Amino acid sequence: MEVIDLAWWKLGLAALLVLALAATGYLARLGITRNLLIAALRTVIQLALIGLVLEALFASAAFYWIVLMALIMLLVAGREVVARQGRRLRGWWAFSIGTGAMFVSSFTVTILALTVVIGPEPWYAPQYAIPLLGMMLGNTMTGVSLALDRLNESVWRQRAVIENRLMLGQTWQQALEDIRREAMRSGMMPSINAMAAAGIVSLPGMMTGQILAGSPPAVAVKYQILVMLIITVGTGFGAMMAVTWGGRRLFDDRERLRLDRLIKP
Amino acid sequence: MLVSPGDAILTDLVLENLSVGTLSNVSLAVPGGQVVCLSGPSGSGKSRLLRAVADLEPHDGGVSLAGTGQQTLAAHQWRRRVVMVPADSQWWFDEVGGHFPADAGARLPSALGFPPEVMGWSVSRLSSGERQRLALWRALVLQPEALLLDEPTANLDNDSTEAIETWLIDEIRRRQIAVLWVAHDPAQIHRVADAHYRIEGTTLERVHGSD
Repeated sequence: MEVIDLAWWKLGLAALLVLALAATGYLARLGITRNLLIAALRTVIQLALIGLVLEALFASAAFYWIVLMALIMLLVAGREVVARQGRRLRGWWAFSIGTGAMFVSSFTVTILALTVVIGPEPWYAPQYAIPLLGMMLGNTMTGVSLALDRLNESVWRQRAVIENRLMLGQTWQQALEDIRREAMRSGMMPSINAMAAAGIVSLPGMMTGQILAGSPPAVAVKYQILVMLIITVGTGFGAMMAVTWGGRRLFDDRERLRLDRLIKP
Repeated sequence: MLVSPGDAILTDLVLENLSVGTLSNVSLAVPGGQVVCLSGPSGSGKSRLLRAVADLEPHDGGVSLAGTGQQTLAAHQWRRRVVMVPADSQWWFDEVGGHFPADAGARLPSALGFPPEVMGWSVSRLSSGERQRLALWRALVLQPEALLLDEPTANLDNDSTEAIETWLIDEIRRRQIAVLWVAHDPAQIHRVADAHYRIEGTTLERVHGSD
């Protein structure tokens, strides 16, 4: 089965529908018009550009270009993790902890999946490596930022409880136990929910794409299962590292709670 | 725990040139089994001083207990021996019993005025006075060598204040605990204090004559 290419003017038809929605929203004074149009424009431009980049990347397939691409994706994700936290650690800590956790978990799991499970030739073949890493980073980013946001916010709200636990001779790990559990839960919840609903409530995007592109559903399903499993593993380990490092940084070497290390931008 | 009078000096809680916040160079010694009261206007740094002794606040100067320096122990081990009870105690489990070791219900002192079933009660139905009394017991079951009490009877009525004072003093003497006690009420200070210091500006002045 051949993939039906889409002509640009056909995308214009879809864009007209967005314009219709925007016009309706404007007339009904729903206040969504501006955001809607900007977001639609952004998605067209960003995806068109990334299409060009990927075309070039696939054509060259040089290892160092792929590494560069991966690094840029990582740094943008790291910035996003910082921006999504209501309260965050002062200085470079917020960025370093989030980016470090994402780097260790998503890169390790992606490389493992590429070399051991999928096995393309060479293992870093961009057709596999870049989309896989993109999905890993996107989901790990969500998990890590939710977990860190929850950690910092809960510590801020429950500072009196934490200090009272410290006063009773608990270690900082014990005093933080409940909050760590909550933070992990909120970081993992999207992945766990997605796995639970997959196939019944929603057809995952990657599988849909493969089927549209002509893959037999049985193959698409196997890839989707692989992706969901490794996404959950990457998100889980990423959130775990972020919560552990972030929690450690909230206490000093005398196990004192140091809320002065948090800022609310 | 039996301590002969000759050993008492070894259970001293000693503050040497402690500086925290606006307070500077606070030096005093609290012998085991004795109560040193601290008073002063609100905002003068009484609670911060207690927090520094518990090592919850960065500070200068030294604190030692029975000759062991604060900084020579891991922070949680120090706080296990020098336990602070804050003015508003916090409770993080739903049930009272979660905050205590398993046998604490059976050993509950009658002076606190609770039945042993209190361990099964939900924390949300306790009054602030009940929480305060339970917070004192929660600290005492840890077998501390020193206690830092921040207005321990602030939420209690007069009758229970005196009952709790009598019980606390009895425990303090029997277990030879060194106690720093922040208090407002001159009558209470007169009843419980072996020595009394008042915060004057940036220093601590010993108050004589009241006892």
